[in-house]
Amino acid sequence: MFFLNQALFIPSAFVASHTCTFSSLFNKKNQFPNFPIPKFQNYPMSVLIFVDHAEGHIKKASFEALSYGAKLAEQLGTSAEALVLGTVTDDLAALGKYGVKKVHQVSSDTLNHVDSQLYAKVIAEAVTATGANVVVFSQNQTGKAVAANVAARLKAGIVTGACALPDTSNGFVVRKTVFSGKAFANVSINSPVKVISLNINSYKTVVGEGTAEVAALNVAVDASKIKITAVNKIIGEVPLTEADIVVSGGRGLKGPENWGVLLDLAKELNAGTACSRPVGDANWRPHHEHVGQTGVQIAPNLYIALGISGAIQHLAGVNRSKVIVVINKDPEAPFFKAADYGIVGDLFEVVPKLTEEIKKMKVSA
Amino acid sequence: MKILVCVSKTPDTTSKIAFTAGNTKFDEAGVQWIINPYDEWYSLVRAIELKEKDASITIHLITVGLADCDPIIRKALALGGDEAIRVNADSSDSYYIAAQIAEVAKRGGYDLILTGKETIDYNGSSIGGMVAEMVDMPYVSLATLFDLNGTTATITREMEGGEEVAEVSLPLVVSCQKGMAEQRIPNMRGIMAARTKPLQVVEPAAADTLTSIVSFELPPAKAGVKLVSPDNVAELVRLLHEEAKAI
Repeated sequence: MFFLNQALFIPSAFVASHTCTFSSLFNKKNQFPNFPIPKFQNYPMSVLIFVDHAEGHIKKASFEALSYGAKLAEQLGTSAEALVLGTVTDDLAALGKYGVKKVHQVSSDTLNHVDSQLYAKVIAEAVTATGANVVVFSQNQTGKAVAANVAARLKAGIVTGACALPDTSNGFVVRKTVFSGKAFANVSINSPVKVISLNINSYKTVVGEGTAEVAALNVAVDASKIKITAVNKIIGEVPLTEADIVVSGGRGLKGPENWGVLLDLAKELNAGTACSRPVGDANWRPHHEHVGQTGVQIAPNLYIALGISGAIQHLAGVNRSKVIVVINKDPEAPFFKAADYGIVGDLFEVVPKLTEEIKKMKVSA
Repeated sequence: MKILVCVSKTPDTTSKIAFTAGNTKFDEAGVQWIINPYDEWYSLVRAIELKEKDASITIHLITVGLADCDPIIRKALALGGDEAIRVNADSSDSYYIAAQIAEVAKRGGYDLILTGKETIDYNGSSIGGMVAEMVDMPYVSLATLFDLNGTTATITREMEGGEEVAEVSLPLVVSCQKGMAEQRIPNMRGIMAARTKPLQVVEPAAADTLTSIVSFELPPAKAGVKLVSPDNVAELVRLLHEEAKAI
């Protein structure tokens, strides 16, 4: 019982700052009406949300994770706290708007690069120090690099790709996507400490009022064994996994020289751009735009597919999109079966009209 | 140099997804089983490419599963694995599975452990990170390129908003995705050789199971596509704005 042993050795100064955790536990309506008063009054519990950032700014996916974690804490009758590793320019106290009372920060420059081993060690120590029993990550690239390491270190059951709040009425059951979005599994976590990694775009960010207390957390940070020799940022594009709207092109565009119609539409919608596998393989578009089973898996609010037939491997990458629009001249294209809206027609005629109509709508709005 | 490649048995990408036993079990009727594509196309094939450049490399395969995994292990051996270990256990809990792999890895003295970035059935993306933690090795996730120079690995990996090139000394755990290598088809010589390559079956080590699947669900069926005439694109914009509230 690594977690329990460690928790008992929390410095008393640290525990004192957590008394608010307990009063909130008894003031709020909680899930366990006969919840016994803990013997150790100074034994805290909370939901700890890992906050990811890049270029000094907090990632959009982290706001979703914060909102999710805060709601879960409310459901459990406990409090939500956030953890930031490294340095950021954004105002951390403002994270209170998403429902966290306290933001712990380990400000070491070493942590501005993701090293799974270092991150796991620091996060695990923070979990122990804060007495958290649920740790929430966003399932973005950073979450994928770190959450499992943290779970192994804490001997915590983990559910990655979570897409709803846990059902805590009888145990702790988290819903997640499986079979590349073609089904859901309800997974019970049976360990005392639990790790959840939340799918991007699957929980709505809730913005309220509030300011969080920002506190430095002193954790020893080892030297990284990973030497970064180059960083290539994709500049000037909406990151695909974070985009609300994605416009995607397939072989129906006939060649890379025809991408203008798609880019015009994407620009008008402030959308990310994507492509099907044949397009990526033919180097018509950069590889990082390839969405599908073996490419990037996305879940935007709106996915617009231009000239993509909709093979099952492509659908596996986009089927978590909330609304799917398909424009294809072949009425038999399988994608229409998975779509919400469709136009059977020549995309080279339809798409410029669509861009114009959106422009008009924006003017009149 | 010894490379351990973790492989998992998954349903073919075109399989019909259905459940039985009151939605608690995946319906295996008529399902074609394959090596998880991320394990095969990227980890295993990249390991084979490294071996082709350096004959001193041996490729060891590990899977955690029952005897029905043997065909996919034989296929992995046919592609170019040298020997395989199957831990004879059936589990859906990533901690349990990682503990089995870590147990074998601790004894095996591997310089490099490769996994796919996730399996296409449970989409856990957890095994690499957990094994790394259990055997106390650095972990590089979502690698798109991998090269070796002596005992130093040069890895390109996907990160938030771009990619990063890193140098790390072995031993090391890496999760692999598109870009690492291209799919290969086993040749007849490989298939024949695979029949006699060692496949050792070991019983699982004691390990805790921390999660369990309560039930599966299929997503609600789509209401059906609303088709709009190509001559009335304005109607599509209206529907997206007013009905779907997507723009």
